[in-house]
Amino acid sequence: MVAGPPDSHRIVITGIGLTAPNGDTLRAFRDSLLDCRSGVTPYEIRYVGSTLAGVCRFDELKYQKKKDLRRGTRAGSVGVYCAHEAIADSGIDWGNVDKAQVGIYVGVTEHGNVETENEIYELKGFDYDTKFWSHHHNPRTVANNPAGEISLNLGVTGPHYTIGAACAAGNAGLIQGVQMLRLGEVDLALCGGVSESIHTFGIFASFKSQGALASHADPTKASRPFDVNRNGIVVAEGGCMYTLERYSDARARGAKIYGEIVGYHLNSDASDFVLPNPDRQAECMQKALKRAKLNPEDVDIVSTHATGTASGDAQECIALRRVFESSPRTLFNNAKSYIGHAMGAAGALELAGNLLAFEDHVCHPTINVDELDPECALPGLVANQPREMSRTTTILNNSFGMLGINSVLIVKKV
Amino acid sequence: MTTADIKEAILDILEGITPDDDLSNLKDDVPFREQLELDSMDFLDIVMELRKRYRVQIPEDDYIELRSMQSTVAYLEPLMKNLQKA
Repeated sequence: MVAGPPDSHRIVITGIGLTAPNGDTLRAFRDSLLDCRSGVTPYEIRYVGSTLAGVCRFDELKYQKKKDLRRGTRAGSVGVYCAHEAIADSGIDWGNVDKAQVGIYVGVTEHGNVETENEIYELKGFDYDTKFWSHHHNPRTVANNPAGEISLNLGVTGPHYTIGAACAAGNAGLIQGVQMLRLGEVDLALCGGVSESIHTFGIFASFKSQGALASHADPTKASRPFDVNRNGIVVAEGGCMYTLERYSDARARGAKIYGEIVGYHLNSDASDFVLPNPDRQAECMQKALKRAKLNPEDVDIVSTHATGTASGDAQECIALRRVFESSPRTLFNNAKSYIGHAMGAAGALELAGNLLAFEDHVCHPTINVDELDPECALPGLVANQPREMSRTTTILNNSFGMLGINSVLIVKKV
Repeated sequence: MTTADIKEAILDILEGITPDDDLSNLKDDVPFREQLELDSMDFLDIVMELRKRYRVQIPEDDYIELRSMQSTVAYLEPLMKNLQKA
């Protein structure tokens, strides 16, 4: 038997806090995924007009004052809510945690667009005279803002920063947490990803110009990865933060453990601004499996990245077939079909939506597959109805982003 | 604008800046900072709102005049007496 890493290098998930368009707790989110309940609704935004989006409805005033909301950003509020919920879920004695030994690592697809658009909109009313430009603009738009708001709210004096990794950012935030714990830089990592993207018209307009903004008469059917009639992305907001600890620390305090992060990998396509590259995606999955010392047939569920674009879903399926051709038992699902694309939060949220499968041994489906695209007909695709499994011990989570950034995370039941 | 109008305008601005505070018992002759949770960014908000709503320009050297309701109204009276109530 090959010896595993020492317990101090084994990193486990001990708490999860989230807000998604169809649930503001892990339990509520999981129930929505098992009940096939979408969170996509009609949405209005300036200049673009009527469209669709995944909108979160968490209680902003649960952990912040009205003044905090006025001073900060939506991404900051999402992060504060999720971080508090994760800490509460972890059961850690927060009052006695050394806050200098806590690190905050938040994945973001973009940050600052919302505030910049709002300021320019205001400035138009003053004939673009910059003396009416807000002094809040810089603190709201610095790239570390969402992580910094969490630090301010929780009194964390360890490192805080965001990781800009397009739509691979949720996984990237978690990977950063794993690495910093292994390096001994921190003793507790608050990490994951957030998205405020539905509050910037630019992201909707850009996807529309690209021919990649989803539309459908029924909002709940607009996000439809793998379906032959998919027509693009539904933009969503959301967040998901985790508490990560060394296994030795978690075990010593008798913590509940959701799973162990046994493998990960990040790489780049180096081939196109927007088009994915299945060669590099497959390589990313294979290297994550190698790091985890696992074979494809050891993986029970793959949470796919698929966003509902014609090209993206088919390209990911090429990579998935290549990696998992030897494993007909592996199942594939997708959470974007329920909530849309939560951008920087997507990877972290989609992993969370699957983790309770370690307890209930059910694979949630991808919904809205009315006519499966032959190019996406993976043998193990779980479509439209949950599937019970005899056992679930290993989940592989894909998250890919623009400019060709790929991230894969593998979590194993402890 | 009358003195009462100017005071009302300041209160309206403060309500937006400190939405968690009860301003009903605000004392005119006591510094804002002793009664409200205001920091330097909040005082800049007062300056900005006066600029946006009334086009009143307050030089940085005069920011100190905004320390209390009494001093703020006294400072603004000559600048705002010929303005219409917003």
